[in-house]
Amino acid sequence: MTVKIVIGLDGTETGGRAIEFAKDLAARLDACELLCAYVIEWSPFTFQTPEENATRHKRREEEIETATSRVVDPAVSALKEAGFTASGIVRHGDVAETLNTIAVNNGGAQIIVGRASEHGFTKRIFGSSTQNLVMHADVPVTVIG
Amino acid sequence: MKYLSKFGLAGVMLPLLTTAAAAQEAMGLDEKINQKFAELTGPFVSFIFAPIPGTSFPWIVMWLVVAASVFTIYFALVQARFFGHAISLVKGDYSDPNDAGEVSHFQALATALSGTVGLGNIAGVAVAVGIGGPGATFWMILAGLLGMASKFTECTLGVKYRNEYEDGTVSGGPMYYMSKGFKELGLPGGGFLAILFSIFCILGALGGGNMFQANQAHQQIAGITGDYPGWITGLVFAIIVFLVIVGGLKSIARVTEKVVPFMGVLYVLTALVILIMNADMIGWAFGQIFAGAFTGLGVAGGMVGALIQGFKRAAFSNEAGVGSAAIAHSAVRTKEPITEGFVSLLEPFIDTVVICTMTALVIIITQQLIIDPETGNYMLNEAGTAIATVDGNSGVSLTSAAFGSAFSFFPYILAVAVILFAFSTMISWSYYGLKAWTYLFGEGHAKELAFKVIFCIFVVIGAAANLGPVIDFSDAAIFAMAVVNVFALYFLMKKVREELASYSARLKSGEIRKFEH
Repeated sequence: MTVKIVIGLDGTETGGRAIEFAKDLAARLDACELLCAYVIEWSPFTFQTPEENATRHKRREEEIETATSRVVDPAVSALKEAGFTASGIVRHGDVAETLNTIAVNNGGAQIIVGRASEHGFTKRIFGSSTQNLVMHADVPVTVIG
Repeated sequence: MKYLSKFGLAGVMLPLLTTAAAAQEAMGLDEKINQKFAELTGPFVSFIFAPIPGTSFPWIVMWLVVAASVFTIYFALVQARFFGHAISLVKGDYSDPNDAGEVSHFQALATALSGTVGLGNIAGVAVAVGIGGPGATFWMILAGLLGMASKFTECTLGVKYRNEYEDGTVSGGPMYYMSKGFKELGLPGGGFLAILFSIFCILGALGGGNMFQANQAHQQIAGITGDYPGWITGLVFAIIVFLVIVGGLKSIARVTEKVVPFMGVLYVLTALVILIMNADMIGWAFGQIFAGAFTGLGVAGGMVGALIQGFKRAAFSNEAGVGSAAIAHSAVRTKEPITEGFVSLLEPFIDTVVICTMTALVIIITQQLIIDPETGNYMLNEAGTAIATVDGNSGVSLTSAAFGSAFSFFPYILAVAVILFAFSTMISWSYYGLKAWTYLFGEGHAKELAFKVIFCIFVVIGAAANLGPVIDFSDAAIFAMAVVNVFALYFLMKKVREELASYSARLKSGEIRKFEH
């Protein structure tokens, strides 16, 4: 049976360490599929101007494109080159909640994420998100330091 | 930003600075300008606000109330039947998680509300209750409830007939459903109506959505700091508006868009606290509202006076039928246009039924309106035109005094709220005006920049000069939008009914269902 592992990426070094750990784990399993997930922090309950609303779809597409080309695709390519079965996914939403949903919807056996990054912005997004994920996830979570 | 670098910031700001100086100079010419402008626009203003023969009831208010009643009947009380569903939509229960990142129903609702919640809810209600008595509140609530059906109709059409461009941006609103909807039905005149609507929308945006707001914001600031030239306020506002709508400085808009709802919530919560503090009088207050609605309780014009004031305030406050909300809501990327209609029907409820009613209740309960102890009726002021109030307050100062009687610091918060509401209304109307402008002149950075600079210039003029006739004209232009819009809605409402029937059936069958989040 193929085991699916979800790797939460944040485009930083800690995300890279999460990939390395996932590779190590996958190598020990007979059949393993790695799913690289990048969640763009977004809430449907923020306040926007009419102009922002009108261009929102365009910006959403740009955000997905940027995350895919800069973070997810390179990670997936590197994993494939190393002989792993890998795919990628980019979603908007609450990071912890969405990573859990991705894992549940895709039959993920566990989620691997990097510990809170030292950088301000990433820390803001992934710091508390990692905590939330550990607290509320429906599947086991491994946090890489 | 591309054009900013092309022309240079100073180059684009120059008209604003020139206008500020000109505005100062123009103050001396106020009388001449007022007179000339009044001569030119007077007939149009008089026509829009003309009373129905034999009454003092403006026909435009009747036009909006009749339309709201027609839509309420035609859609079989849609506002009651789908109220719970609208809340579910706003909560995101029916939002596909795969669409996360698009404009949510909540965001569209909040954006549209920031364009309507403002001075009307604070100053306008005080005027209505001050003239029409507590009974005006009853008619205001009724008109607000009926107006929910108008919003539902126009916002559904706004999404259904919007333009989606290759770059992913959208443009929508009455001008689009007029031209595309009439064409689809094989009816002539859609293009003409759209052009007429766009012209009124631009005038309304520059006037009621801009000059009036700048003017009132200046009045508020001057009320706290003492009198000073309005062009200074105008220039500061114009620079901020300029930075947001031309410079793309999103941070200011984001801060405003966050602070304004906070102010709205703070306003309602404070009103609730005052009501709780006077809980024993709530029953009496509602008694006054119901008694006043049908007897007038001695106010000028009696029951009819209360009715006129209540209907007028609701129509002026929530803009149901005006068409502005249809522009705001059309940005939502939904597979079901009617869902945006459901969400939009919450607007008149929040704006009028909740916020306006809170204002009215606080004014009544804090007993700002003087009652004759002998008759139990309200006493009129010396001129006999309105109810006598404690300290002779009226308008925003009446609301301020009512809240201030419970919390002495609240007038300062209220002043800040009025200024922020004015600013957010300006940002919203700059967009509505821009959409009408691009409908007439086409999309493109240069054309859009031209409108935005004109908009900023009008901020300075609005705050600097006391151009009463200009503001009258601007208000008339906003309601002229409603004349054209409602006329078109009567022809297009069957399209909305088709959508409603289809959606209702699919909702009932379970084809449309909630998503697990």
